[in-house]
Amino acid sequence: MSVVLETVNLVRRFGGIVATNDVSLKVEKGARHALIGPNGAGKTTIINLLTGVLRPTSGQILLDGNDITNVKPYVRVGLGIARTFQINQLFAELTPLETIGLAVSERQGHGGDWWRLAGSRRGVMDEVVELLERFKLTDVSEARTTILPYGKQRLLEIALAIACKPRVLLLDEPAAGVPEDERHDILAAVGALPKDVTVLLIEHDMDLVFSFADRISVLVNGALFVEGSPEDVARDPRVKAVYLGEEAHV
Amino acid sequence: MNDISPKLVAGRLVARAHWHPLEFLFWAAAFASIWLLPGKYLILTEIAWLGLFALSLDLILGYAGIVSLGHAAFFGFGAYCAALLAKHEIINEPVLALIVSGVAAMLLGFVTSFLVLRGSDLTRIMVTLGVALLLRELANRMGWLTGGADGLQGVEMKPILGLWRFDMFGHNGYVYCLIVLFLLFLLARRIVYSPFGLSLQAIKDNPLRASAVGINVNLRLVAIYTIAAGYAGIAGALLAQTSAFASLAVFDFERSADLLLVLIIGGTGYLYGGLIGALIFKILQDWLSHLTPQYWPFWIGLLLVVIVLVGRERIGSWTLPFRTLANRFDWRRKESFGGGQA
Repeated sequence: MSVVLETVNLVRRFGGIVATNDVSLKVEKGARHALIGPNGAGKTTIINLLTGVLRPTSGQILLDGNDITNVKPYVRVGLGIARTFQINQLFAELTPLETIGLAVSERQGHGGDWWRLAGSRRGVMDEVVELLERFKLTDVSEARTTILPYGKQRLLEIALAIACKPRVLLLDEPAAGVPEDERHDILAAVGALPKDVTVLLIEHDMDLVFSFADRISVLVNGALFVEGSPEDVARDPRVKAVYLGEEAHV
Repeated sequence: MNDISPKLVAGRLVARAHWHPLEFLFWAAAFASIWLLPGKYLILTEIAWLGLFALSLDLILGYAGIVSLGHAAFFGFGAYCAALLAKHEIINEPVLALIVSGVAAMLLGFVTSFLVLRGSDLTRIMVTLGVALLLRELANRMGWLTGGADGLQGVEMKPILGLWRFDMFGHNGYVYCLIVLFLLFLLARRIVYSPFGLSLQAIKDNPLRASAVGINVNLRLVAIYTIAAGYAGIAGALLAQTSAFASLAVFDFERSADLLLVLIIGGTGYLYGGLIGALIFKILQDWLSHLTPQYWPFWIGLLLVVIVLVGRERIGSWTLPFRTLANRFDWRRKESFGGGQA
């Protein structure tokens, strides 16, 4: 297996706090890699570093062996890294139809067209329709995003990342806050992601992590703590201690 | 939720741009005014260029979310360009001079756009305000070119396309302004319903996510700011050409502030807001200044306070029946007026 995404001694400080502490992470092609850890372990910071929203204090990020540490966020999307957000980051006043249409035309290179009407390209619309169907958004495709039920917004969050046709998809707690009866759709959507897409999943829900991941990294206080197969991690007494310790504080 | 077949959904994105009968009615009424209101050409001309100026602000504020209190910078720049081109007989034909003035304003817009890329609304207000003040004082200092505080006098306009003189009744001037307004409106309408226009709305809603789907946010903002500056410059040039005069007043802070008021009266983000706002503002100003020649700004001030207190969304909803029909998707927006902004 080849490594598609890699960090080399990645460090990020916020003032005196070390949010990311010398993290060297390798994500293999086609992997279902989960990044877990207690609250405040710095999981989302790593996603922000990988997508370029944050610049690292030191260290490197490699995509297919190429240094992308100083590449702008929107360019990284073009290189094949897409993400979802833990807290929905959607276009509140746009509809799912407009949202997905926007992302697909952007990816196909038509996003800057100022003369052609949006929606007039067959190649774009076929894909938009397919995505709306796949993520069960067809019946709400013309409602403003802000009035959609939370579960639908969560699906749109994932659909929007998939619309970027990523090679590496970073999922930041996709099921966070989704009520029990809407959960199934999210889990199904995550489970049905194309096999050739490499997935790095951040999740608190251990059921989801252990049913989905083939590799798990545990992050504690910004540093990599344990890494291995789900079986190894589940058996590791140190991991248990960290989680039990954290739960004792909660 | 109603059942919508996937194939139907595909057509809905394009359908946003379909013309509604009320839009035809609006423009039919605008052009009919040429024959129906022959005594009102002066105020109609003012409404036309002010509407174009407000349309320009709507492009950046209503679509891209860039608030400006110095949009008169581009208006004034365009006005002086057109006046100077005519005075020194560099370009004698008004339409060509208008285009050149618009392009000049676009260049200024492009250069200054980099100042408004970052920062909060407050930063943008201050920066745009600063640029307008700067230009005003430059024009003041460069009296040899601009005529300073006396304004640029002795401008003589040649006939439009060599055929139509700017007559003393203002007929040709009004027709000229209205046609320019209509053509630029068509262009703006095309732009906002394009993928580019859609991406601006996305940037306005959530710039973080916009860049996370691969949109070059800064480039798009530079583009729309440049386009809007061109629109404002052409509006200013229309004023200079129809009045054969340009003075420092074109750069005034009040002009930028009034413009914001005009757009807020009409409502942002649906293109007709600036035009309807200009119509209401000018009629109101005309009516009030006849009623109380000295104190009419009092009433404008009161209106401003009421608008801010009632909230612009509610004021915007005056025009809601029109907006709902003007845009087939506008049932979405109606909810935001009822429930306030989420």
